[in-house]
Amino acid sequence: MTARRASRLASLIVALGAAGCTTFYEIPLDTPTPAKLDVSAFQRVLIVGFVAGGTDEVDTNLETVRLLRSQLRTKSDLRVIEADAVPLAEVAASQRARSAEGQSEPAAGGQDGSTPKRIRDEKELEAYEPIFADVEYWKKLGEEYQNPLIVTGTIMFTPHSQSGFVQRDQEFYDSYGRRVVQPVRTYMERKGFILKPKFIFIDGRTGTTMYAETFREQVLYNPQQNTPALSSYFELMDRLIPSFLGTLSSQKIRGTRTLLK
Amino acid sequence: MRRATALILIVLFLAAPLAAAGSRSDARAQVEFGISVALQGLWKEAIYRWQKAVEIDPTYAAAYNNLAIAYEHEGMFDKAREAYEQASKLDPKNIYIKQNIEYFREINDRAKSEPPR
Repeated sequence: MTARRASRLASLIVALGAAGCTTFYEIPLDTPTPAKLDVSAFQRVLIVGFVAGGTDEVDTNLETVRLLRSQLRTKSDLRVIEADAVPLAEVAASQRARSAEGQSEPAAGGQDGSTPKRIRDEKELEAYEPIFADVEYWKKLGEEYQNPLIVTGTIMFTPHSQSGFVQRDQEFYDSYGRRVVQPVRTYMERKGFILKPKFIFIDGRTGTTMYAETFREQVLYNPQQNTPALSSYFELMDRLIPSFLGTLSSQKIRGTRTLLK
Repeated sequence: MRRATALILIVLFLAAPLAAAGSRSDARAQVEFGISVALQGLWKEAIYRWQKAVEIDPTYAAAYNNLAIAYEHEGMFDKAREAYEQASKLDPKNIYIKQNIEYFREINDRAKSEPPR
């Protein structure tokens, strides 16, 4: 009994000694990062719409407009203008058709001067790019909404599959009945999506592009996993949203640091 | 006379580390108080304490490290970088300081990447 008590006392002393010797404190730290774009001249923001392409399963134009508006409403000082999302692809197509009518030669980009009806890949998406340089269009839109900051761009959301070796942890029990986890490499064909948005920030007063940024995210799932396209879209957008918000307002990045004695 | 001079020199020689130890102990008190207020979220007070600590003992790497973290928290990245550099110079083998600097650089680089066109 005395020996046990002595042993407990000794452990307590060791524990207290160790605590006393602690000379560092790991703390969570929210580091503020400044906004990439100075938007102090604007009080309102208009998420117009996006030229969207890729899969038909998700209306990426509408979903992106909704998502960015809801994020900006809570995480930005700018007032979000509520307006119907503009079907920008159709606007660009009609603009191109009009300009093609006035030209004797076919316009560059499209084979016959028109834009493809359904955008399947990035090459087809390129045909719509000139709309973002149409200063008059954006200026007119800006005037309509009292000169806000305009957010627009392109979104490609395409199905993607990739095969190759994948490392995963596999658990088994050894001859002594102990649980063992070992990394195992298996050949697998995985399916998922690639999301490639380009966010363009336009000055509603002048119609000129202030800033543009392109992102690329992809997700792959195991063959037995059946994830809906909309869930994948939100999963990928969740990864991009902090960077998007960081363009317009100061954000805090959470990390840890060690304080020393 | 010679003996007296030698005695004075010996006393001075022995007193120097004691004086240094005294200033380190004062600086340490400031550092500890700084940590306690930082843990309560009072970062401006912590900065004041850690600035005092490096004034008292300019060789105290931990004080510079903590000061750098506090500057980082306040978004004063240039000052944070200077303080981290000083901490690293004073204690180049300290893994905690090295790790803090790595994290700081990671965030700082991200903030500076891709400037607006």
